[in-house]
Amino acid sequence: MRKTLAVASKELRQILRDRRSLLILLFVPAFFLLLYGYALNFDIRNVKLAVQDKDRSTKSRELVSSFVNSGYFSLVGYVDSPSELDRLVDEGRVRAILTIPSGFEHDLSLHQPVTVQVIIDGDNANTASTVSGYARTLINEFSGEQVRLALSAGPASQRSDPSRRVPVISVEPRIWYNPQLRSTLFLVPGLIAYISMITAVVSTALSVVREKERGTMEQVRMAPLSPLPYIIGKTLPYLVISFVSAILVILSAMLLFELPMRGSWLLLCAAIGLFLIGAQAQGLLISTIAETQQVAFQIALLSSLLPTMILSGFIFPITSMPTVVQWITHIVPARYFLVALRAIVLKGADITAFWQDMMALAIFASVALGLASLRLRREWA
Amino acid sequence: MSDQTGSVPSAALEKSGPSAAAIDVRGLTRRFGTFVAVDNLSFSVKQGEIFGFLGANGAGKSTTIRMLCGLLKPTSGTALVGGVDVSRNPEGVKRAIGYMSQRFSLYEALTVDQNIAFFGGIYGLRGERFAARRQFVLEMAGLQGRETTLTRELPGGWRQRLALGCAILHEPKIVFLDEPTGGVDPLSRRRFWDLIGTLSRDGVTVLVTTHYLDEAEHCHRIAIIQAGKLAALGTATELKQVFSARPIVEINASQPVQAMAILDKNANVEKTSLFGTAVHAVLRNASTDPAVLAAALRAEGIEVTSIGAVTPSLEDVFLDVVERVGAA
Repeated sequence: MRKTLAVASKELRQILRDRRSLLILLFVPAFFLLLYGYALNFDIRNVKLAVQDKDRSTKSRELVSSFVNSGYFSLVGYVDSPSELDRLVDEGRVRAILTIPSGFEHDLSLHQPVTVQVIIDGDNANTASTVSGYARTLINEFSGEQVRLALSAGPASQRSDPSRRVPVISVEPRIWYNPQLRSTLFLVPGLIAYISMITAVVSTALSVVREKERGTMEQVRMAPLSPLPYIIGKTLPYLVISFVSAILVILSAMLLFELPMRGSWLLLCAAIGLFLIGAQAQGLLISTIAETQQVAFQIALLSSLLPTMILSGFIFPITSMPTVVQWITHIVPARYFLVALRAIVLKGADITAFWQDMMALAIFASVALGLASLRLRREWA
Repeated sequence: MSDQTGSVPSAALEKSGPSAAAIDVRGLTRRFGTFVAVDNLSFSVKQGEIFGFLGANGAGKSTTIRMLCGLLKPTSGTALVGGVDVSRNPEGVKRAIGYMSQRFSLYEALTVDQNIAFFGGIYGLRGERFAARRQFVLEMAGLQGRETTLTRELPGGWRQRLALGCAILHEPKIVFLDEPTGGVDPLSRRRFWDLIGTLSRDGVTVLVTTHYLDEAEHCHRIAIIQAGKLAALGTATELKQVFSARPIVEINASQPVQAMAILDKNANVEKTSLFGTAVHAVLRNASTDPAVLAAALRAEGIEVTSIGAVTPSLEDVFLDVVERVGAA
């Protein structure tokens, strides 16, 4: 215990001496969040819209203003000729065109079905499908409104006449936890996992390999000190630092991206702790394989960056991956951490909802620690 | 050294009476795959002795030291260090020994005092004992007033003495020094050997490897190992006895390299080697007059400025031993 403390205080002094690295460890993650948080935004707003209004009626203007007022579209202008439309799209000056046929208001008043056309620039498939979704929703809302108006405007006799009553069945989707479907709310937990993972794995791997490189490891091995207190002493300071760093990232996410905190801080800290211990164990394992800091850095980055980014459900949903890949995601700790993090922060769920993920994190940490200490013990004596 | 507390754990003292050897190696062997790094090595080192360990790079010195320090398990054979069997109780060995390597493995980003505190911590020193030992190390290394200097800012000689201080902080009875004087100026080297002498007089056994053969003269006894085998063992004087029947003649000549070639062909000369600008020729028997060699050289047009028998140096011994083992 005393020896662990001796190693830990030595490590801490080394870290404190290197102010620059400490600042990098503490604040760069929060800075990354800022950068990526604004860059990684799948929401589409202010889609440039041109309108070809062949009806020029009250109703047609109502439809256009419902598009503009939604905030998803911004009106570039009205156009008349199809050739002008082509030019606007080709030059990228508009991404969507709403065409309202003549007789739009007239047909509506006769309760006739009408069709409006929305043309969307499909050069980016993701954006196009999102814009199409927005347009569909807006048009559905508009048409529902028209039906309601038509019914309530009819004569009282007709209103009481059951045969004239049109049952309005509308789907009212309700999206929980993130009602505006803001992608930042979904992405920020992923970023937290991503940033914490990289800093924890890299800093741990480097700190052990540095001692190998400089020969201090050999000197320490000559002392009556078993690997366990050495490793605990060495990793403890980094655990504390990366923990603080992770909390800083979460706090800045709350401040900047309105990330809610609906669950328990205690559970959150437990999840972060488990995740970071696992990440550090991975870093340790790397340090037993790598002989130079350069190699350690590369392995650490490769083994944490891509899996956490791609295989964790951070950006791409795991359920839509091929079965084999889905199977592989089971060894990516960020996968479980993300479930727990989203459950705690966005849903305010209690432990019963994600205990399996916490268990998985604990198992990952134990297995990685076990492997690392096995390898270290072999190297040690 | 001020030593009131038990400096060496009882386990280390158990079997080592006053007459027992500090280090006792019997048939020590270490293989890496098919490569035999250390081959059936046997020797023993007395308490308080300075024991020099010489050998070319890759001769097996480091492997032997690593086994004696409990870091590497011997393939076969036994080694008792401070009475503790290195393969049975490597941790017990670690408590009994101090180790310092050529890299002066200190934490460069830490201050002098922080390094001492760390090594004190991992050797389990605390309280008054630690305070006393810290003071001892600062005095020994001449680092008083430099406690808060960063280690990386210390000149080589000071770092070397601090590394030695950290290695003997826990008052080990046996110290292993693996090429401890590399990259250090001659004055610091001299001072370092004085420290080793002091340690030895205090009863500490010192096993030291070095590349500087002049330094090896400071050792009480010297072992030369070659290809993992013990090639020679004895005091410097004893080792030089191999030349008792084969005098060494030092020749200073105008063209040393040509002179060597000529001498190599001479029937009286066993072999030659270059020492700086001088040529050392080992004669086949003591009755040969050096003047004969001078005449032979002059006959070939080489100017001889001086010629005469010299007492063999350890370097002569080392080269001789290495050559003989290499030829065998």
